[in-house]
Amino acid sequence: MNASPAAVQGTAPARPAPQEWGRVRASRRSADKILIVSCTVATALGAVVLGSILLMLIIEGVRGFTPALFTQVTPGPGSEGGGIANAILGSLVMTALGIVVATPIGVLAGTYLAEYGRTSKLADLIRFLNDILLSAPSILIGLFVYTLMVRPMGGYSGWAGGVALAIIATPVIVRTTEDMLRLVPGTLREAGAALGAPMSIVIRSVTWRAAQSGIVTGVLLALARIAGETAPLLFTALNNNSWFSPNLMGGVANLPVMIYQFALSPYENWRQLAWAGALLITVTILGLSIVARLVLSGPKGR
Amino acid sequence: MVALSENVAVAARPEVARRPPSPVGDRIFRGAAFASALLVLLVLAGILASIAYGGWPAFQAFGPHFLVSSAWNVGREEYGALVAIIGTLVSALLALVIGVPISLGIAIYLTQLCPGWARRPVAMTIELLAAVPSIIYGMWGLFIFAPLFARFVQIPVSNLVEGLPIVGTLFYAQVPSGVGVLTAGIILAIMIVPFVASITRDMLDQIPTVLRESAYGIGCTTWEVVRHVLIPQASVSIIGAIMLGLGRALGETMAVTFVIGNANRLSASIFDPGSTIASRIANEFNEADGLQLNSLMALGCILFVVTFIVLIIARLLVRRAKVA
Repeated sequence: MNASPAAVQGTAPARPAPQEWGRVRASRRSADKILIVSCTVATALGAVVLGSILLMLIIEGVRGFTPALFTQVTPGPGSEGGGIANAILGSLVMTALGIVVATPIGVLAGTYLAEYGRTSKLADLIRFLNDILLSAPSILIGLFVYTLMVRPMGGYSGWAGGVALAIIATPVIVRTTEDMLRLVPGTLREAGAALGAPMSIVIRSVTWRAAQSGIVTGVLLALARIAGETAPLLFTALNNNSWFSPNLMGGVANLPVMIYQFALSPYENWRQLAWAGALLITVTILGLSIVARLVLSGPKGR
Repeated sequence: MVALSENVAVAARPEVARRPPSPVGDRIFRGAAFASALLVLLVLAGILASIAYGGWPAFQAFGPHFLVSSAWNVGREEYGALVAIIGTLVSALLALVIGVPISLGIAIYLTQLCPGWARRPVAMTIELLAAVPSIIYGMWGLFIFAPLFARFVQIPVSNLVEGLPIVGTLFYAQVPSGVGVLTAGIILAIMIVPFVASITRDMLDQIPTVLRESAYGIGCTTWEVVRHVLIPQASVSIIGAIMLGLGRALGETMAVTFVIGNANRLSASIFDPGSTIASRIANEFNEADGLQLNSLMALGCILFVVTFIVLIIARLLVRRAKVA
């Protein structure tokens, strides 16, 4: 079963032939109606929730989009003005750090699973555990990095935040890389091998190239996944109301934790900043997800 | 003449073939790929080891009693996991009860009922629900959903059941503020719907069209096709998908922290505030020290064990279905 979901989606659902409803018992007719109505309502419900979340963010957040938002640091408790520039920068740096660490590891591990370990028991185990790590609660990863880095280093740091995000991003990249490499036809690999190229060169210059867009999509999905992660950052990078320092030691301001702390605070100004930050981060993540999914489904399907 | 020119051409070439590339680079690459894959194993082992190490003092201090004690007293250094465990299980189960029917409905709609042109936009909408960060769900739950829920559900229902046996305790809000265990369950339900729905949809899509067509051919209605053909065919993987949703619901942190009310008492009513393992850790971790920190780590350890058992079962079920 190597058909991509997009290819499967392309098949039109089997529609029933026009029924002669007059010959169908009323109870069967109403059961059918109930099914159709309830399934449609369920789907509409999902759309309504998404719409309502976006509407809420736009109504509450757009007011906060001022030039100051992107140039000034987060204000102290109860004071006026300020922006979220330091949180945006900290988020960007830590997310970038996470992706830079996770991408090579994830792509290599995915390559191992797809190319070298197709039949080995160990690869099966790793594939299985990677799937589990994919849906593991991120709060546990935060606790892990806290024990691993924050404790020994004697304090919260941006480095620990970046590592926690990398651990969350890696399984996503492993999974998509493996799936994409498996879609590359074997004949390509054979052609490379027939030219006398060793396996590593075949993988690097043939297989990876063929699966390029898929691998990039995996990285985008991982990026969307970690950009809004709050729980792991709460125990690793925490937060900070001052400008970001390049050595990443001590607490580093970041959007998710800022939103969490400000949204639940009693100060109107802080809450307004939290809404603006929430709008910014959600639009970014949804944009990333849409781009990734469009690339992933590609020109196939309708 | 032809043969002669060929000879010349061959002779003019200094070497017949390229030197074979050295195998060293090949080995290094393979080693790097293998090491990266092993890292996945190491990280999992590391998570378990570090949380167990952090929680060990609490397990030592309280013993098995930790699991059944409902104490959580920072002043007297007494900690127990019961309130958080019950809150976690109840909110996750409520999420399943509410979320699973909706997920199945969406999956059936997308595979059976949706007109062709609308399939991709609708599927994308549902998938985007999965991309919305947990903290945004928390804000939506607290600022939009909770007030509405308090006004239109909690207060009328509480007035209705007041004084009645069983339902009078189960559905009675002492403080109808809209936050509580049921609210957390509803928000969790919305959060797991996209995951359960997309796996179920993939499974329904994999069922051979012939089966569906033959059922329609003998005059079945859509409901009968779904009930007697599709659901039995995909039942194992649907259960797997549900378990996967349960795994997510158990460990969800920020959204629950916003809407569950974070009470340390046990209440028999699902309208009352409670707390889950994850929300307790998120709330207290940064101010915790000593034995409290160890107790939070011990809670994390319990969460680890429970979610991993659930996720292992889920993956086994989903995978077995994929192979079959």
